[in-house]
Amino acid sequence: MNGPHDLGGQMGFGPVAPEKDEPYFHAEWEKRALGLTLSCGAFGAWTIDESRHARENIPPAAYLSASYYEIWMRALEVLLERHGFATRGEIDAGAKQMEPATPKRVLKAEMVQGVLARGGPCDRPVDTEPLFQPGDRVRTKNFNPETHTRLPRYARAKTGVVEAVQGSYVFPDGNAHGQGENPQWVYTVVFDGGEIWGGGSDPTLTVSIDAWESYLERL
Amino acid sequence: MSADHHHHDHGHDHDHHHDNRYSDMQARVKALETVLTAKGLIDPAAIDVIVETYETKIGPRNGARVVAKAWSDPHFAAWLKEDATAAIASLGYTGRQGEHMRAVFNTPETHNLVVCTLCSCYPWAVLGLPPVWYKAPAYRSRAVIDPRSVLAEFGLTLPEDKKIRVWDSTAELRYLVIPERPDGTDNMSEEELAELVSRDAMIGTAIAGAPA
Repeated sequence: MNGPHDLGGQMGFGPVAPEKDEPYFHAEWEKRALGLTLSCGAFGAWTIDESRHARENIPPAAYLSASYYEIWMRALEVLLERHGFATRGEIDAGAKQMEPATPKRVLKAEMVQGVLARGGPCDRPVDTEPLFQPGDRVRTKNFNPETHTRLPRYARAKTGVVEAVQGSYVFPDGNAHGQGENPQWVYTVVFDGGEIWGGGSDPTLTVSIDAWESYLERL
Repeated sequence: MSADHHHHDHGHDHDHHHDNRYSDMQARVKALETVLTAKGLIDPAAIDVIVETYETKIGPRNGARVVAKAWSDPHFAAWLKEDATAAIASLGYTGRQGEHMRAVFNTPETHNLVVCTLCSCYPWAVLGLPPVWYKAPAYRSRAVIDPRSVLAEFGLTLPEDKKIRVWDSTAELRYLVIPERPDGTDNMSEEELAELVSRDAMIGTAIAGAPA
């Protein structure tokens, strides 16, 4: 979707503001927000792609003014309600009002180290050979789905060169919407700065994205 | 903020242009944790362990050890280029948001910079949790279109003819920048070298420090 999250090339946000000796958390609630996000992810009820899409769906004005942990919390509430674990009304009240859906697992303290160390690999085998090889010139497709995609707007309908075949991975555009993993080959595609940004762009700049095969057409 | 400041009347949300549910995040998140705990869906002690892990165990010192070893051991550097996930795992750094690693090496010709324009993808296993600026719109919007100005805001001015390669983390690959080894470090141990490698140098918004 052409949401507020798709920020590459937008202007007007001012300078980057690095904070010297920045702490990992700026408030106690941020710690709980991190832990809640990971704990609820362990339910196994939604994928990382669905959770990313929930964040993208936050209305633009709210998204752009929220801290990132607030973005996570707003999206988490949507996911919890969608999958039957907690309603908005329960969170407003701070009290249980109904029995929840049954999670595949509840993350207990003693499970945390193992779960974090394993992570969630999303490489998957595919039956086909890669359509493209390093050095191939490709053009990204032009599309504007209302659904999830990982092809940023700035990199649509642009010509670049395949630099690497990176393996085959779960296809997020469908997986975010419960359509299954349908893995595809993923390629690192490099664009000249001028191809993306036109005249006046930094002549020394190249930008790469990691693109699923169906984002690309051969030139 | 504390719960004492949670004075908004949720019954009047419709009177406001924004959603007051999120005007006091401390209260909102506490309410959520309370509800989920009452339902038996979460273990608050698990949250404590998660927080402690990312405050004390998984952070940029991990990545700095990877860089120092790459500088010290050509075989390791070659492995890192070929299969970063395995090479990094050999040092014990695996797991969440480090499942599919790629190491990108700065050279005299090219400086690498990593961003996630679409969200906040970041190599947690080697760098820990991302800083606020990495997740904020200013960096995400500008790193791909005007990286030289962004680097200047970090105090890094590159030679005009130095090429800049920006890696937008749009898939599940996570990128670790291997900065150039500073001059005058030939006799330093891996432990000493690791001290020269900042988090920002492994994102690409800095270079490795000179020895003191």
